[in-house]
Amino acid sequence: MTDTKSTSEKRIVGLGVSEGIRIGKAFVYHPVKLEQIAESKAELPEHELVRLERAKSLCIEELNVLVEHAKQTLGEEKAAILKGQVSFLNDPAFYPPMQKLIQNEQWSAETAVLRTVKQVAGLFESMASEYMRERAADVRDVGSRLMTLLVGHQGARLTDINEEVILIADDLTPSDTVQLNKQYVLGFVTRIGGKTSHTAILAGSLGIAAVLGVGPAIETIQHGDELIIDGSTGECVLQADEATKCLFAERMAREQAEQESLKAYSSLSAVTKDGFSVEIAANIGTPQETAGLLDKGAEGVGLYRTEFLFMSAADMPSEDMQFQAYRGAAEAMQGRPVIIRTLDIGGDKELPYLALPEEMNPFLGYRAIRLCLDRRELFLAQLRAIIRASAYGQVKIMFPMISGMEEWRAAKALYEEARQQLIAEGVKIGESIEVGIMIEIPSAALLADRLAKEVDFFSIGTNDLVQYTVAVDRMNEKVAYLYDYFHPSVLRLIKLVIDASNKHGKWTGMCGSMAGDPLAAPLLVGLGLHEWSMSTSAIQRIKQTITGLERSSCEQLAERLLELDTPAEIRAGLTAFLQQN
Amino acid sequence: MHAQQVTIQNASGFHIRPAQLFSEKAVLFQSTILIKPEGTTTVADAKSILNLMTLGLDKGSVITIEAEGSDEVEAVQQLSELVLSGFGEN
Repeated sequence: MTDTKSTSEKRIVGLGVSEGIRIGKAFVYHPVKLEQIAESKAELPEHELVRLERAKSLCIEELNVLVEHAKQTLGEEKAAILKGQVSFLNDPAFYPPMQKLIQNEQWSAETAVLRTVKQVAGLFESMASEYMRERAADVRDVGSRLMTLLVGHQGARLTDINEEVILIADDLTPSDTVQLNKQYVLGFVTRIGGKTSHTAILAGSLGIAAVLGVGPAIETIQHGDELIIDGSTGECVLQADEATKCLFAERMAREQAEQESLKAYSSLSAVTKDGFSVEIAANIGTPQETAGLLDKGAEGVGLYRTEFLFMSAADMPSEDMQFQAYRGAAEAMQGRPVIIRTLDIGGDKELPYLALPEEMNPFLGYRAIRLCLDRRELFLAQLRAIIRASAYGQVKIMFPMISGMEEWRAAKALYEEARQQLIAEGVKIGESIEVGIMIEIPSAALLADRLAKEVDFFSIGTNDLVQYTVAVDRMNEKVAYLYDYFHPSVLRLIKLVIDASNKHGKWTGMCGSMAGDPLAAPLLVGLGLHEWSMSTSAIQRIKQTITGLERSSCEQLAERLLELDTPAEIRAGLTAFLQQN
Repeated sequence: MHAQQVTIQNASGFHIRPAQLFSEKAVLFQSTILIKPEGTTTVADAKSILNLMTLGLDKGSVITIEAEGSDEVEAVQQLSELVLSGFGEN
């Protein structure tokens, strides 16, 4: 949507997904689109063949550089996708048909590429398997790469960015972001994309302000325009008048002052005024996200979601590929704890190459530890990779979706088996590895006193715990109002779990979004939560909140709040408490 | 000409990785090598990843590997073994 004020100022609104106000020059990235190319005949077919050959070898060269780059920055699995594109270019069903179109039918090199790409992508699109249909995008990707080289460098290329800019694009693919010189990118504005898109996750982990999904209005932004964006409100202002500029400059100064004052907390420990010390950790999805974690105040990784490694690969990642990723995270954290959660797949997270059947109730079905215990070889390979990585840092293992004692014991037995295998093979492994479970199913929370005798630690996953306790699907807008971690039943379960672990000399952590909510902090301090794991951006604020608290008064508060009847009353109690303290 | 019928063993069939392994091996032979899925008239070039992938084969599909050339026997034997090994998948 666009509205024009009395001046020439233009405003565009999208979805603010990564906070920060930025003022900078627009860099419009517009890769050549296949569908924009008109068909044409060749005057000199010989000449077209030479052009095509040149474009192909440049393309392979470019891809090979990207493959090497991706190996270092994005991991083996992204590199493998780009490598696949090289083999397409060398394929007898890809390149020779292009040559034939030029030689036999006198089409231009552009038309030959266009027709072949359309034909091959069409073949993939007509296939029954979703996995194969998605490969059509890979074919188009390599096609537009080839086309860009054929038509010459018309548009700005990502590798050309050499000053601070706000990047404007329809969408950014993983292969685009490999080429980005990230230190120069102040912000992203894209036509499509939501809160969970690749671009949103990337922006969040790099601290780049981002406004996504602005729609067709993106076309009003020209290359080189001065632009203001606000990554929390989703506003973008073009040709801002003086008043607007002042307003945003003030907002930016306020934001920076707040960030500055919070920065001091990154080097502080989270200790309450009366000496209760807790551990603040970060949630990550890829080893690359460990970059800068220590600077932002993380004292460890409380949740490493390994499923991203599996979801971004075209095929099952091998034990070695996994080992490299886990080892990378362990080494980056320099001896601080890294809790690796074993594969949590199924439910809303699918793996095309596992070909899981659709289920009526995926969240109650074949997922996470249930799937891993059933697919022993897959699980053993992951456990071996994690145990091998333990030689390079303080690695801990956590099993997701444990519902009771049998699942825990079965998973632990497989862990032992993997460990014994590695010892017998003479492989270097860490001396002691803590093995714990996620508490996200009420049946496990209620059984915490038994489980605490055997596990090394608990980590409460509030997102699923709320969903299963209150029986509410948080993706369903009609019932989302019920989704609240301040529900008294959820709080009772949390208390039960923490008390059980303390009684048996174990500890409890939390890796759901509740741990990063400053409003919940007094309550969690009062209940004695030991380890808090959250998104990196929440760390400094939580440390600020905790250092201002007193454990003794938080304990009294928690006791009082647990007597209340509704989430609203509990929230009100916490708000009042934080205002007084 | 030499040929052999084999059944696909791995769950994902000719996904990118198995197709890559298969075509990389096929390229090593001088012979022309064709893949003919049972019950169709389709013919794929064993040296083309794209051809192999777009056959849409999965576990249990039966294919004939047919080679013609100086190393046809060896080609058929090695490629059959690769299919039967399930490409290292479990």
